[in-house]
Amino acid sequence: MILLEPRPAPSRLFSLASPLIAIALTLMASAALMAAMGRDPLAALSVYFVSPFQDAYGRAELVVKAIPLALIGAGLAVCFRANVWNIGAAGQFTLGALAAGGLALALPNAAGPLWLVPYLLAGCLGGMVWAAIPALLRTRFNANEILVSLMLTYVAGLLLDLLVRGPWRSPLSFGFPQTRDFADAFALPVLVAGTRLHLGLVLAVLACVGLWLMMTRTLKGFEVRVVGAAPRAAGFAGFSEARTVWFAMLLSGGLAGLAGAVEVSATIGKIQPDIGAGYGFTAIIVAFLGRLNPLGAALGALVLAVSYIGGENAQILLKLPKNVTGVFQGMLLFFLLACDTLIRWRLRLRRAGEA
Amino acid sequence: MTATPLLEARRLTKRFGAFTAVDGVSLAIAPGERHALLGENGAGKSTLVKMLYGVLQPTSGALFWNGEPARIASPAAARARGVGMVFQHFSVFEALSVAENVALALPPEPIRALSARIAQVSQAYGLAIDPARAMHTLSVGEKQRVEIIRCLLQSPRLLIMDEPTSVLTPQEAEALFQVLTRVAAQGCAILYISHRLDEVRALCDAATILRRGKVVERCDPRASSARELAEKMVGESIGWVARGDAARPGPVRLGLHGLSLPAPDPFGVSLNDISLAVRGGEVVGVAGVAGEGQSELFAALSGEAPVPQAAMVAIDGAPVGDKGITARRRLGAAFAPEERNGHAAVGDMTLPENILLSHHAAEGLARGGWINAVAARGWSDRVRAAFDVRADGPAPPARALSGGNLQKFVIGREVLREPGVLVVNQPTWGVDAGAAAAIRRALIALARRGAAVLVISQDLDEIFEIADRIAVLHHGRLSQAADASAMTPERVGLLMGGAHPEAA
Amino acid sequence: MEPFVISVMIAATPFLFAAMGELVAERSGVLNLGLEGMMLMGAVTAFGVAFTTGSTVLAVAAGALAGAAMALLFAVLAISLMANQAATGLALTIFGVGASGLIGQGFIGQPLPPPVKLAIPGLSDGTMAGRILLGHDALVYLALAMAVAVAWFLARSRAGLALRAVGDSADSAHALGLNVTATRYAATLFGGAMAGVGGAYLSLAYTPMWGENMTAGRGWIALALVVFATWRPGRLVAGAYLFAAITQAQFYGQGAGLGVPQQVLAMAPYLATIVALVIISRDRALTRANAPACLGRPFRADR
Repeated sequence: MILLEPRPAPSRLFSLASPLIAIALTLMASAALMAAMGRDPLAALSVYFVSPFQDAYGRAELVVKAIPLALIGAGLAVCFRANVWNIGAAGQFTLGALAAGGLALALPNAAGPLWLVPYLLAGCLGGMVWAAIPALLRTRFNANEILVSLMLTYVAGLLLDLLVRGPWRSPLSFGFPQTRDFADAFALPVLVAGTRLHLGLVLAVLACVGLWLMMTRTLKGFEVRVVGAAPRAAGFAGFSEARTVWFAMLLSGGLAGLAGAVEVSATIGKIQPDIGAGYGFTAIIVAFLGRLNPLGAALGALVLAVSYIGGENAQILLKLPKNVTGVFQGMLLFFLLACDTLIRWRLRLRRAGEA
Repeated sequence: MTATPLLEARRLTKRFGAFTAVDGVSLAIAPGERHALLGENGAGKSTLVKMLYGVLQPTSGALFWNGEPARIASPAAARARGVGMVFQHFSVFEALSVAENVALALPPEPIRALSARIAQVSQAYGLAIDPARAMHTLSVGEKQRVEIIRCLLQSPRLLIMDEPTSVLTPQEAEALFQVLTRVAAQGCAILYISHRLDEVRALCDAATILRRGKVVERCDPRASSARELAEKMVGESIGWVARGDAARPGPVRLGLHGLSLPAPDPFGVSLNDISLAVRGGEVVGVAGVAGEGQSELFAALSGEAPVPQAAMVAIDGAPVGDKGITARRRLGAAFAPEERNGHAAVGDMTLPENILLSHHAAEGLARGGWINAVAARGWSDRVRAAFDVRADGPAPPARALSGGNLQKFVIGREVLREPGVLVVNQPTWGVDAGAAAAIRRALIALARRGAAVLVISQDLDEIFEIADRIAVLHHGRLSQAADASAMTPERVGLLMGGAHPEAA
Repeated sequence: MEPFVISVMIAATPFLFAAMGELVAERSGVLNLGLEGMMLMGAVTAFGVAFTTGSTVLAVAAGALAGAAMALLFAVLAISLMANQAATGLALTIFGVGASGLIGQGFIGQPLPPPVKLAIPGLSDGTMAGRILLGHDALVYLALAMAVAVAWFLARSRAGLALRAVGDSADSAHALGLNVTATRYAATLFGGAMAGVGGAYLSLAYTPMWGENMTAGRGWIALALVVFATWRPGRLVAGAYLFAAITQAQFYGQGAGLGVPQQVLAMAPYLATIVALVIISRDRALTRANAPACLGRPFRADR
């Protein structure tokens, strides 16, 4: 019989190895899934996981995909460490896109580079406002933030739908619901010619590094970690749980909103019913894959970006449905959680006769 | 022993990973015997007894019941053989009724019939309890009665009691002994685990002494003195704690004036009109059984719970009732809560990080918001050296330390700040005798250097060992603090039970 | 009015199944956030089986099995491997959304015959009361019967008592010899099976069709319902009907031509859930007194 025994201290080896083992297991399970769907497993896996790296444009696209995932994932990593479960990042992403997009649509003739600043700020604020609601309801009324933030995600989706089909609808859209294009002043500058790699990369890097520094070197980061690990010890240290909840929610909401503004400007330049809000959920996986560490989230974002781009390639090349990507991502999280067990527990075989 | 022992253990061993809790213990209990199992905290008594009750399985060794080899695979199997156990930490279900709590330990039976049987047993043994009451409304002593009734309903041949009087007033303990005597008179053997030597000498006719997981002595406790038994339990002279004389009392450094605080939730205790003055140079002990408001009092003193009026709590004369714990620390106060895991320290964080918990503001370890890791590490090393905290490596996680070592660290962390006021809740709970003595000496020494030290403790022996003055907490009210020399355990016991004392 | 009440009873059924199943799991101390994923897997499996075999009974059974299988995955991770229950539940949802979408690819837009409704000649269509009470398909009645059974089970049966004990204090239960792990597995699997049946009802009867993500948040609302009901079966039934009424009101609001955009009406159930959570949660004493004390905390037996 296999038993689990607690380790005296968390295993550093497994902290680093667990995501790698989880990825490996996911690959194996995916291969099995491909085979079950009647595809050659190696060819399919190659399309999914190798093809995104094959040319410079593909590699740039990986980074483009990773940018919103890293922005949101880094914020969620901090949030989850505080034991605040912001599951509504997708809704905050949407509100950020709506706030920034609303600004852009209100100023169709804006010109000049400085307009990006209020645009991005609007995105942050939109996300923060949406995240403030679960923060308020948890600190004042003890309402579970998982459920509140999730409900708000559905509301945000409906709001987006309403605006895009209604008052914001472009008269030029010929039946397809979307807004007018934003003015060029609101387009994020491209960093590498010939690709879509844009300024959002700088923001993502700043966010990941900055949050990592905060968590490891500052008192604020310590406060977040203590509140998340042991609320009574936090009280003993004089840290306010309510203040930390607000901080965590506003931070992760602001980053999610920023990601929304960035993504909408960089990839579509207008608002339409599908703006990639799903990143808000995938970012949860990113945060876990990155061990709830903002730098780890950057790496996790790249891993999940591979699954997205690979999925798009597979849709075109292999006619595989896009749902397979969702299945991969779910499996990855499962395997990760299972492997994480080994960080705190070790396996022991119980020999027959031994009690 | 000519008669077949009822229960015999031969060379029983239990290992948890690399740690051997019980090492080759052999023990025999005769039918109808009152057998004591002695040893200090951490000697392995609870682990041994859990094996006898089927909660844990031995790593090696054998058990015999009535001379036949036996394997006790689970508590249900133990109960089927006629073994009953009352745990030190009760196995009760707060949200369920008394009858439901009892029902879970027995084979299925209609609740009404069971309630009638409960009433009958409780009458027969003098354990008054109402089967319909919700468990969470009962006092600690009443909960223990439910545990005992639960065992008695199964007509046990052996009743195991694990540190039963640690949660009782002296008077309740006396009542318990009468119950146990009645139980033994019916032919049931009793295995009585305790570190309280006077009780054991009064109640038991045989004793096995454990030290560090091994048997060091088997004897008749009535034939030895308490001192002899203590020395065998501990095995070395620990250096008794000398209280010494209280220095000329200094100014009042910690003042409580009519402190009243409603309970925050239905399971808590309200504090009522508590007044107390602790002077520099003295140690004041607050006695009381569990659940009388100790945690609430501590929280009001530390600032973790705000009090209605600022003047209710004063440090060095300054009203602080409306100030948080950080502000109070800045005024020179220090606090050590009861629960070292999750309250005084974070298990997964390293010792230097745990220093930060109480030192980040008042000791300047986080100026400008940036953590001074070097300084934190320096503090951690100093505490470890001064208090002999044994740990692997320079920065282990707190959870890797043993209970005694972590407690020394937690108390040492505060004492080394040389605070003017120190409030401690349960300073030596679950701690081995050596560490406990070290902690108590440190508290007295701090007081003699001019600090006001307030010790809240459920261990009466400890209070009498270190306190210059003693007050008793009962149902959220505090008795007048009286000189320790004027107090006796009986008098304190009466106060703990709620009796109102004659004028002091 | 009458068609409204009938539609409410239909709409309440998936809530009732999913939430009651989750209530049982939570009373044993297990917090399973994967309801949405389990319901979707139940929905797609049931639809697929109904479509290929034509048997509603088999379809419902398949839905229950699918939900239970998902719950088994959760149980292995959260109970045996002691993984974080919130994260595991989320993983279950993400996986369930993706997997159900994948499996359901071939079924999108395919029609299914509507469910067989109870029809007692003379009673079911004669009076309004008759139509409201006696004109439904079997699952509506099954949901109510199940609710009553669960209430009885928890309050009166020995196994229900053991389950409540495990949720109150797993350590004490273990010390008394109750099998905490087995109890929690059973409760979790039951929750999964019920969620699967709830999802099956959506794709078989509520809208006899499969669409991606067709639960539209009902799994999350069901979770909120358990909190709103303070873990009591009786209140849960009332809550399920209340929420169903709010969900249905949006359709009637649209029809009534109130001039409110359809999307705003569609927000009603989600906003109502938030309001309900706030109302119940703000009374901390109430939550503390009723929430299972061990909810969400992993249990490890000393061996």
